Amino acid sequence: MRYSAFAIVREALRGNRHWAPVWREPEPKPAYDIIIVGGGGHGLATAYYLAKEHGYANVAVLEKGYLGSGNVGRNTTIVRSNYLLPGNLPFYEWSMKLWEGLERDINYNAMVSQRGVLNLYHSDAQRDAFARRGNAMRLHGVDAELLGRDEVRRLVPFLDFENGRFPIQGGLRQPRGGTVRHDAVAWGYARAADRRGVDLIQNCEVTGLTIEAGRIVGVETTRGAIRAKKVGVAVAGSSSRVAAMAGLRLPIESHVLQAFASEALKPLIDTVVTFGAGHFYISQSDKGGLVFGGDIDGYNSYAWRGNLPIIEDVMECAMAIWPGLGRLRVLRHWGGLMDMSMDGSPIIDRTPIHGLFLNAGWCYGGFKATPASGWCFAHLIATGEPHPHAAAYRLDRFATGAVIDEKGAGAQPNLH
Amino acid sequence: MALGRPAAALRNGVTTTGLRPLAPTPMQTHRLASGGFVDRSRPLPFVFDGRAMTGLAGDTLASALLANGVRLVGRSFKYHRPRGILSAGSEEPNALVELRAGARREPNTRATGIELFDGLVAESQNRWPSLHFDMLAINAWFSPFIKAGFYYKTFMWPASLWENLYEPLIRRAAGLGRAAGEEDPDHYEKAFAFCDVLVVGSGPAGLAAALAAGRGGARVILCEEDFALGGRLLSERKEVDGVEGHVWAARAVAELQSMPEVRILPRSTVFGAYDHGTYGAVERVADHLSVPPGHLPRQRGWRIVAKRCVLASGAIERPMVFAGNDLPGVMLAGAVRSYLNRFAVAPGRRAVVYTSGDDGWRTLVDLARAGVEVAALVDTRPAVDESLIALARSHDVRTVLGAEVLRARGFQSLAAVEIGASDGRIERIACDLLAMSNGWNPALHLTAHLGGRPRWDDSLAAFVPGTVPSGMAVAGAAAGKLALAEALADGVRLGSEAAAACGFAGPAIPVAAETERTGSAPLWRAPKRGANKAFVDLQNDVTVADVALAHREGFRAVEHLKRYTTLGMATDQGKTSNLPGLAIMAALSGRTIPEVGATVFRPPYTPVAIGALAGHHRGKDFRPTRRSPVHAWAQARGAVFVEAGLWLRQQYFPRAGERDWLETVKREVATVRGGVGLCDVSTLGKIDIQGADAAEFLERVYVNGWKSLAIGRARYGLMLREDGFVLDDGTTSRLGEEHFVMTTTTASAAKVMQHLEFCRQVLWPELDVQMTPVTEQWAQLAVAGPRSREALRAVVDNAHDLSNEAFPYLAAGEVTVGGGVPARLFRISFSGELAYELAVPASFGEAAAEAIMAAGAPFGIAPYGTEALSAMRIEKGHVAGNELNGQTTARDLGLGGMMSTKKDFVGRLMAKRSALVDPDRPMLAGFRPVRLSDRLRAGAHFLPLGAPASAEHDEGHMTSAAFSPTLGSWIGLGLIRRGAERVGERVRALDPVRGGDVEVEICSPVFVDPAGERLRG
Amino acid sequence: MRIPCPHCGERDVQEFSYLGDAGVVRPEGSDASIAAMHDYVHLRDNPAGPHRELWYHAAGCHAWLVVTRDTRTHAILSAESARAAGLARRVAVGAGEA
Repeated sequence: MRYSAFAIVREALRGNRHWAPVWREPEPKPAYDIIIVGGGGHGLATAYYLAKEHGYANVAVLEKGYLGSGNVGRNTTIVRSNYLLPGNLPFYEWSMKLWEGLERDINYNAMVSQRGVLNLYHSDAQRDAFARRGNAMRLHGVDAELLGRDEVRRLVPFLDFENGRFPIQGGLRQPRGGTVRHDAVAWGYARAADRRGVDLIQNCEVTGLTIEAGRIVGVETTRGAIRAKKVGVAVAGSSSRVAAMAGLRLPIESHVLQAFASEALKPLIDTVVTFGAGHFYISQSDKGGLVFGGDIDGYNSYAWRGNLPIIEDVMECAMAIWPGLGRLRVLRHWGGLMDMSMDGSPIIDRTPIHGLFLNAGWCYGGFKATPASGWCFAHLIATGEPHPHAAAYRLDRFATGAVIDEKGAGAQPNLH
Repeated sequence: MALGRPAAALRNGVTTTGLRPLAPTPMQTHRLASGGFVDRSRPLPFVFDGRAMTGLAGDTLASALLANGVRLVGRSFKYHRPRGILSAGSEEPNALVELRAGARREPNTRATGIELFDGLVAESQNRWPSLHFDMLAINAWFSPFIKAGFYYKTFMWPASLWENLYEPLIRRAAGLGRAAGEEDPDHYEKAFAFCDVLVVGSGPAGLAAALAAGRGGARVILCEEDFALGGRLLSERKEVDGVEGHVWAARAVAELQSMPEVRILPRSTVFGAYDHGTYGAVERVADHLSVPPGHLPRQRGWRIVAKRCVLASGAIERPMVFAGNDLPGVMLAGAVRSYLNRFAVAPGRRAVVYTSGDDGWRTLVDLARAGVEVAALVDTRPAVDESLIALARSHDVRTVLGAEVLRARGFQSLAAVEIGASDGRIERIACDLLAMSNGWNPALHLTAHLGGRPRWDDSLAAFVPGTVPSGMAVAGAAAGKLALAEALADGVRLGSEAAAACGFAGPAIPVAAETERTGSAPLWRAPKRGANKAFVDLQNDVTVADVALAHREGFRAVEHLKRYTTLGMATDQGKTSNLPGLAIMAALSGRTIPEVGATVFRPPYTPVAIGALAGHHRGKDFRPTRRSPVHAWAQARGAVFVEAGLWLRQQYFPRAGERDWLETVKREVATVRGGVGLCDVSTLGKIDIQGADAAEFLERVYVNGWKSLAIGRARYGLMLREDGFVLDDGTTSRLGEEHFVMTTTTASAAKVMQHLEFCRQVLWPELDVQMTPVTEQWAQLAVAGPRSREALRAVVDNAHDLSNEAFPYLAAGEVTVGGGVPARLFRISFSGELAYELAVPASFGEAAAEAIMAAGAPFGIAPYGTEALSAMRIEKGHVAGNELNGQTTARDLGLGGMMSTKKDFVGRLMAKRSALVDPDRPMLAGFRPVRLSDRLRAGAHFLPLGAPASAEHDEGHMTSAAFSPTLGSWIGLGLIRRGAERVGERVRALDPVRGGDVEVEICSPVFVDPAGERLRG
Repeated sequence: MRIPCPHCGERDVQEFSYLGDAGVVRPEGSDASIAAMHDYVHLRDNPAGPHRELWYHAAGCHAWLVVTRDTRTHAILSAESARAAGLARRVAVGAGEA
């Protein structure tokens, strides 16, 4: 059923009894052309673009839990393409462009809200670093504005401009950045992929990769063995565990990143703000909750939860830039597992196993990348060649030194 | 007893308290004449929605509103339906208000948790123009069009209207209360506590546990979210140890208060369980006062580390789901008993009790005892124990068995319920209060915060704790032990076990209580009629129809249900709604409740103020401020300070008459280049390195050689990370055969220390070397300029020869100053002039600075700051933070030649990777504007002249720029492709974000004195 | 989290900083290869389960610790001085060579 205002009215008048399931619940077939491991945002987007852009319909997405149970439903919903390095910029800008047309493409309102992303700076050196980044963005055709203190104040007058330990001096703003309703991205891609014939198989955990003579031929799952000509792995957070099934060690550690939501409030802030003298970012959802987060906890973890030091650090940063938040309450906090890579950038590449492709290492930047990640991963799987926008995301870049280290933090995942 | 008529209340008030009633008391039309734990001698005036009322000390806002006959308290989230008070605790979904006014306004505050105080002001929220007449109530008429997830299906065309029209409308309609929008005027603090046994909850199980643990001598912390201790003992009429429950509770509390190792924290919610016995709690220190007194924080965030925890958090009663179940007047039965027994308030005049278990029958007794007419007791079960029937009969209450409430009716408040009997007959009973009970859910949230999975218990028809965090035990109702006697026994047992596990064995003295009936058969069936008005999640307006729609559309996994319908996502986190939602989904999909799954409980248990978690870390106290040992001296000299990490550094020293910072900096540079200047460099990291293998150690951590460094000499060193990129630079001096002192950049001091300790302890534990950070032990002053030797001569004791021969460039050694004060002198230079750095013990810093200023006065000495320092280092082509940004190699910085080929060092191999030795990599160069008046800015990108402004022509960027007083123009350092080879070439420095586009010439990065003659002079 | 520092006792995780896998061994000496060094610097097992990892007691004794911690539950199984562990390993390796 095509979604529209008309459909809503029609169905309401018919008692809302005729809405169809958003996706089928098929039994896994014995074999597929392509299997995507991981029914999160990236996996679902990959399947959708494989079907739509490359004409593959005999595709299955295998998800160990429920669709969208990974980071696509645990993030702080920010989308942006305000990157510095040439390895990243074209990719994230392509993602931004896909966001801009996504809802009409998949006929699902994911509430793409281009309310702007503002990175605050607090020193001359930081201003110059932001100028460098803003200039790089402009050279890549990405929108960027370097704002002074007064301009920032006009945008977000409620921040602390008077008494800050690290006074706000200005900000780098990307007006086209914003937020997207995270769950809707998973559901929208799932529904669109399903409509194109992709089998979305939930509660189906991959327990082994079947490799014969250096070539992948299928997967073992909790619902039986399934053959496939090609397998794409998109399981950020658990990439090392799946790669280990193929005997691969990755330049990745799994870390926990916490996120927070406040109680629902009448509109307070209509943009996304990030603090430059600490780890903190905040926006407000359409439902009214403030959504915010900070740094990763900083140690290897598969526990899906964090601890108080980071929670308190995030709240301290919140109060440091916005002391009006003091009486508002944190309603929920949760953790997601991040594939923290050795240079802070992702991997979309072939692997030494023929037919096995890897989409991993998203650190905490995976959500905004969802459309382009799916697009480029689908291209790689379908054609065997990297998509030009993701050409830098090679697995061998650590061996060659062609790392993409936005922060300059080096080969230490918890510093990215 | 005649209830509720003012005269009766008045008369009885006099008899119970013996005091003359105060004037406002008669307004409390629903206050019972006697009983309860409210203080009738302390009336408290308050205002709700502009209406002045009076409650009593001991009231919550909810009980005070009910006492005043107020039933309509708020509007629901989506349909703006009228809502009242459902509960008497932190599970409340409906009665949310904006508490206080102005900068202290707190939106979404549960009336059931607000301790009434004198002058309290609260307003209803999410309504316009008023609570009784809310325009958006029209949404309810459109409810078929705005069911769960409707917004995912529309508003897609045209794209531009989303941000400009649809979204702003949705945002305005959504949300509940309004934030103050001003800086929070109150302050907060953090506290840490360590104990043997943490007891969460002061109900019967909690008190029993705390007593048992405390009597054994264990250090106990007892946290209670309520302001009153005793839990349900305050709300139920039950006996413990032969006395009324609340009397026993009071005695228990008194005994606990007498134990020196027991700390009781009322008004304190343990909101989360974290790793290794760490618990987060928030104490509402002053929320029961209109304004916190100056010496008290509003709230205190606790981090409690407990060896053992006894979770005695009780249970939460479950509502029934039927059409109109959201009307004010529909309440949980246990809450009705709380209002009757604890607050002495009758929440209605004519009640129907609606239950699926024996527990609900208790309500009948308490209502009747308080004089509330009980029109009927409806039990969903076709048969109940004879004793219950007899009980009802003794109170002359009609019982209807095997029946259901089909619908609640009323406009803005309950007026009647429709009862469907088992034979299909429908009967309408007028009432203004429906007390419903559908069993209890253990409040097991804290057991699940560390990933523990609750277990379904068929006999209780509830989730009970499954795996619990290590060190935690669950007692009483929280463990599903709903009978009082069981809860008490559980508390005693687990309290003494917890103490014993910490080495405190004590007597486990049993506590006696009556036996009681706890049979129950919860009703989960989704009603057939009125699904659009049968609410599952009251706050988020999720109805049975929404759950059915989610089921129809395939959102059947518990998390899908929750996320699609927003069930359980409201401020109450689904405390009363999750299980009904699961149950209805289970019924729709032909599964059991545990097959549908349990929702994940995430911290916090109840919402926690951001301020309480931040403590005092805000404003200037956000992070500590590090001040140099000569900070006060610099301040007295008029320094302007700048944040450099945690440090405050002296940026420049303006003088009267100077128009701007640039003029000051020009003067400071000229002073150094022409005479002598003094700069505080104490913030540079200093690490003392000693040991037989100290030189060998430096060989391995620096790229260049150190074994050959003579005693009394300094050398510039460069350190790489193991991945081959530059970590840091600085000078290191050899003070003795086995003694070096290393300097690091200010920003990297801690990072380098950690790195060196890693190398020493992890990589090469066999090396005999030790290191100590001594940054704060020494004040270090740079004395720079052609007259610096002369100025220093008067400060350094005469025994030390400072001549160029005796103490040449890169000399280093221990000296004495000011007549015997031990000091260290280094002849090193960042400015490129003849220069020294003098290190004195930190406490002598200001004296040394003054002495140097006095000694330099004849030569025109002036202090200079980081701006002048930076301008001079750029003139000299020295790299600093902007170049050492973690993305550059030694080769990129023109320092590749320093890398020894004769030894192994950290980063050696990785620096050889192909991409890092690519000749096309950007390399350090100098830049000067072709038109001398043009300003250069760091952050500009380099492009070939005439090339279009696009990424494929990007050749690098300007890393640093400054006005050079020496050259009379702006100069810059930057990284540009094949930089060193391109000296003399012109390129564009493009800075689109600041509108800059300057033609620059590539030059040597050393602008001043390239031969280095001055510094050797 | 609470980390049992062998020198200082059990302390809050806030006092420590984290480096990562303690199992990787730096290829020492002039004949080490870039490939071996790449493996050491970048590749990790990243197990879901017990993990030997390096922590630095930055706000305490400045000792590097080898902590064995289950990454699924955060339960700490042991904590020892990294230097002592390293010396013991060298002795073992030396004995093996002899």
